[in-house]
Amino acid sequence: MKILVAISQVPDTTAKISFSEDGTKFNPTNVQFIINPYDEWYALVRALELKEAGLAEKVSVIHVGLQDTEPTIRKALALGTDDSYRIDLDPTDAFVVAQQIAQFLKQNPYDLILFGKETISYNGGVAAGILAGLIDYPFISNASKLEIKDNKAIANQDIEGGYEVVECALPVVISANKGMAEQRIPNMKGIMAARTKPLNVIPPYSYQTATQYEKFELAPGRSACKFIDPNNVEELVQLLHTEAKVI
Amino acid sequence: MSVLVFADASKNGTLKKSSLESIVFAKQIASKTNSNVVVLLYKANDEGKQNAQQAGANKIINITNDLNYITDYSAVAKLIKKYAESENTNDIVLPFDIHGKAIGAYLSGLLNCGIVAGVTSLLEINGNTYKFKKNVFSGKAYATLSINSDKKIITLLPNSIPVQFDATNTAQINDVTESADIPLRVIVKSVEKTTTGDNIPLPEAELVVSGGRGLKGPENWHIIEDLAKALGAATACSRPVADSHWRPHHEHVGQTGLAIRPNLYIAIGISGAIQHLAGVSGSKTIVVINTDKDAPFFKSADYGIVGDAFEVVPKLTEAIKKFKASQH
Repeated sequence: MKILVAISQVPDTTAKISFSEDGTKFNPTNVQFIINPYDEWYALVRALELKEAGLAEKVSVIHVGLQDTEPTIRKALALGTDDSYRIDLDPTDAFVVAQQIAQFLKQNPYDLILFGKETISYNGGVAAGILAGLIDYPFISNASKLEIKDNKAIANQDIEGGYEVVECALPVVISANKGMAEQRIPNMKGIMAARTKPLNVIPPYSYQTATQYEKFELAPGRSACKFIDPNNVEELVQLLHTEAKVI
Repeated sequence: MSVLVFADASKNGTLKKSSLESIVFAKQIASKTNSNVVVLLYKANDEGKQNAQQAGANKIINITNDLNYITDYSAVAKLIKKYAESENTNDIVLPFDIHGKAIGAYLSGLLNCGIVAGVTSLLEINGNTYKFKKNVFSGKAYATLSINSDKKIITLLPNSIPVQFDATNTAQINDVTESADIPLRVIVKSVEKTTTGDNIPLPEAELVVSGGRGLKGPENWHIIEDLAKALGAATACSRPVADSHWRPHHEHVGQTGLAIRPNLYIAIGISGAIQHLAGVSGSKTIVVINTDKDAPFFKSADYGIVGDAFEVVPKLTEAIKKFKASQH
């Protein structure tokens, strides 16, 4: 079994978000970029665990991005990924990413394609599903547990208030939720090995665009907090009713 | 032309709030494009159909027979595609809930068209270009997002628009038997519940009471639950609480958990790390209760109480109960 993990690059979770003066672009100055946590902590680590358990012969990562994203890909290699592919394109949305990976898969078949359930930047959570739809693979969404047995994926697919235990023959596209694995820290040996592991650069495939981010604005801050005496919680109840009008 | 909504009926056949919001949203789009709203339902009861009608449907197609593939997202996407074709639909609206997210994405690939995911409002429609507002960077910012493919998938973030019923709206209601033979590939072997009773689903909840490490242990969660019950609120928690298994993971709100936007979020014993704020900053009103007056959460709160949760919260629960009783 060969596993492909799609990784995305996002601003660090503590990064201060800002935009260009005209509000049309994200401002990357002084921002530390990381592998999207859902892609790394859950999807990639689970893929590596499956390989360590002897269930997969190869784990590759794929990323759609320009050359400046290569340090992010090297980190995935440092965690133990065998090889990597970068499609040389700055994607405008998940639809573009999915089209690129769909065409890559036609030439390079994999049995299990893993994504994180969403990026913490644009929060769409759609790349995995779009890819599955484009290539008509079955799709397991929001999986918090994943086992492979007899050429089948057995997963806990999270739903509201619980989860479904689902089974699907490979090949399949799966998006990973929290719980599928635990975060790992790359060790020095991994970091050294990553320097010489394959990072294959592929020119972009043809694609169509459909959406565009036209303008960004920071969420407005709240007005100053109104403090209430802990011995007068009735005042809070009144304020919630008459001022905030939420109860 | 028409705007198609796939509205998931709940187990008892009524429509979920997020589904009704999607119908209202489809109506907003349809009124600007001179289209009809067609609502595709699966095993809805009379109340569900009536609610769909009063939310703005012009036509309701209610599938009445059991479909073995209804839990398989890719199969449901194919079912919706079939109706999108027969109803001459280019715009498909779904709720951005756990099912709608998956089905909408698959549809985008299946129809080879664009998708706007988790939008919060419609800004304008200009010919084939629709503009929406959407939260990005986990609620730290919002964006204007446009889509111009011929077909469009639009998913609406729950709790973004109010549901208004129009009792005078009438719809053509078709109960149908669906015969499409769509292959079932993802087979559900069992369903496990992680919540008990009739708890309010967190993504849809208008009122949320949330606890953090300040509660000191799972054995103290009854004060959170009592307040939530008095309010009719859902319960949530911070990441360390879920990671310590004090509470189930599906209650975790924050950057790597759920992002929610209730009308009222009451944070108890949560310091307010930036990752937590990312998941709740869309809340209309935030109340913070914390012993530490310097807790960063107070900077993002509308109302704050500096005090011991174990004293303040039971008092607040009593005050809420009294208030509720006085409202009747």
